[in-house]
Amino acid sequence: MLTFFENIGRGLRLKITRLGAATRLFFTIISYSSESFKRFNLTIREIYFTGVLSLIIIIVSAFFVGMVLGLQGYYTLQKYGSSEAIGVLVALALVRELGPVVTALLFAGRAGTAITAEIGLMKATEQLSAMEMMAVSPVARIVAPRFWAGIITMPLLASIFSMVGIIGGYVVAVPLIGVDEGAFWSQMQANVDFSYDIVNGFIKSLVFGIACTIIALFEGYDAPPTAEGVSRATTRTVVTSSLAVLGLDFVLTSFMLSV
Amino acid sequence: MKKDLIVSIKDLAFGYAERQIHRKINMNFHRGKVVAIMGGSGCGKTTILRLIGGQIKPTSGQVEVDGKIVHEQGRKGIYELRRKMGMLFQHGALFSDLSVYENVAFPIREHTDLNEAVIKDLVLMKLNAVGLRGAHNLMPTELSGGMARRVALARAVALDPDIIMYDEPFAGLDPISMGVICDLIRTLNDALGATSIIVTHDVTETFAFADYIYFIADGIVAAEGSPSDLKKSQLPFVKQFIYSEKDGPVPFHYQANEYISDLGL
Amino acid sequence: MDRIKLDAWVGIFVALGLIALMGLAMKVGNLTSNDIKTTYVVTANFENIGGLKPRAPVKSAGVVVGRVDSITFDTKIYEAIVTMSIDERYVFPKDTFANIYTAGLLGEQYIGLEAGGDPENLVAFDKISQTQDAVVLEKLISQFLYNQASKEEEEK
Ligand SMILES: Nc1ncnc2c1ncn2[C@@H]1O[C@H](COP(=O)(O)OP(=O)(O)O)[C@@H](O)[C@H]1O
Ligand SMILES: [Mg+2]
Repeated sequence: MLTFFENIGRGLRLKITRLGAATRLFFTIISYSSESFKRFNLTIREIYFTGVLSLIIIIVSAFFVGMVLGLQGYYTLQKYGSSEAIGVLVALALVRELGPVVTALLFAGRAGTAITAEIGLMKATEQLSAMEMMAVSPVARIVAPRFWAGIITMPLLASIFSMVGIIGGYVVAVPLIGVDEGAFWSQMQANVDFSYDIVNGFIKSLVFGIACTIIALFEGYDAPPTAEGVSRATTRTVVTSSLAVLGLDFVLTSFMLSV
Repeated sequence: MKKDLIVSIKDLAFGYAERQIHRKINMNFHRGKVVAIMGGSGCGKTTILRLIGGQIKPTSGQVEVDGKIVHEQGRKGIYELRRKMGMLFQHGALFSDLSVYENVAFPIREHTDLNEAVIKDLVLMKLNAVGLRGAHNLMPTELSGGMARRVALARAVALDPDIIMYDEPFAGLDPISMGVICDLIRTLNDALGATSIIVTHDVTETFAFADYIYFIADGIVAAEGSPSDLKKSQLPFVKQFIYSEKDGPVPFHYQANEYISDLGL
Repeated sequence: MDRIKLDAWVGIFVALGLIALMGLAMKVGNLTSNDIKTTYVVTANFENIGGLKPRAPVKSAGVVVGRVDSITFDTKIYEAIVTMSIDERYVFPKDTFANIYTAGLLGEQYIGLEAGGDPENLVAFDKISQTQDAVVLEKLISQFLYNQASKEEEEK
């Protein structure tokens, strides 16, 4: 029984230590950022890897999510005779929740794992040490550009997700089901508020971007320099990022609704 | 005239969290010399290189590079010192997302504002020195172990360092590549007028070309001297190492409980 | 991947993201249809606001002319004080009527302004004195049932 609590205590202490280390990494990145901004093409390169290469999965998923929302929404709303409200339903669901959240989950799986694996392998093969010995800071050269790329990429991906999802919903609602096109858009515009819905969704995706990227970078940087260590770190990136995104989403949503 | 002594280690002690690795190490490295550090696996040879490079701090004692005490330098100071060093890592540590050319160009691009034409000349010159000018377009994954290490060597000397450190440059190489690397170490050292510090446990090769050799055991320098002196040495530890006897002062077994008790008898 | 190609792809990506964001702002949200910039504040007291919420539209003749800022409760007179911002382009006479209406049978509630005939206009921080409360469905139903019952009583 005692060992059970001991284990919990030890696990908790380990988690808190790691949280502290991740926070420290965050501030180290910030302090090295001016150095890496001077060579912004490094960040551009990472935007390509995290953003451009995630575009396909984001667009395809968004289109399907939007179509499903359209279908499900229609069948529910139709019971209450308000099927024109489908535009509102699709748009609000995407802009406020699904856009930022699903994008962040996909980002963790697609770009986050790639970041962790890459940095973990660079560490395992002593590439980071080699860089340090060449008097080049790995944080400035490798970590910071990936961090900023993640922060820039996530809100853009989330916006694309929401927009494509709305188009998906439109395709189902208007040409396929036959909801009036004018009603679809006008109801949407009347009920989606720029500062309350769109800006809040944007803020969410920004926060998720910071969280997912820091987690991926930290797991890679912290991975034991072995094949097993890197593969475990990659798994942890997905698990931790997903939980962080869902948890943060709850916190942010309740905060935003209360304001 | 520059000071002759470029790296000196005084009363160095170092340990990871719960394990003491070095107890009291004293070493001196002179300009223009090829010096080898030998010892069994895990005795802390790589760690010494990392201490010289300032990646870790000693528990006590000090490492002095070019008149400056390494662990007392701030980040800027350490980076300045490191620019005088080149290090060849055990497996090359080439950047896997960059081509051979870009790998060698990396330190030049990071630390100078030379234009592309000059960089190209420099890179090809360095690659030529290690005999791999023709391979400049390849990616690191397309290289054999020996070739990768030669590219890493070209990268380590890209900025003409005063100190070149080699971490087990011969490990896992076929005899021909080994000979090639051996020759390269000597030629580069003499051409650059640099100091080479070689960590290795390869006896024959090292005795053939090093100027001076340090043996580490039990966290101290167990023996030191020129190859010819050491060959005559009567120290049992040195004899065991040179003639590769299995058991001696360096035990074959990692310290363990009585075998009988481990078997549960 | 050479530099120019990389830049081009990243350019396309960023442009797509910005277009999507603009699309959300213009086509999906109400950034364009509701760009009330300068406003003036007026208040109105209601005995019952029903389901009126902050940010509900203020309409006149069906046109959105402003929004509800805040709703507070005055413990002296036991009434709700609704503060609303009206677009500066629209002026209303002092004796304007403020009603709480419901869009459709179960829709959201909004404030409807009906202009009176006073030559003087409302200015900032004025109070609209003539108001009509929200129609509360439960009240309406119970009233209807009560009337029905009393009618039956009479017939007897
Ligand atoms: N980061 C580390 N944390 C804890 N122990 C380490 C670390 N790096 C190396 N060690 C231990 O220090 C000892 C010396 O390592 P090293 O200098 O690499 O030996 P070698 O002489 O084989 O190069 C080894 O026993 C190793 O297990
Ligand atoms: Mg080693």
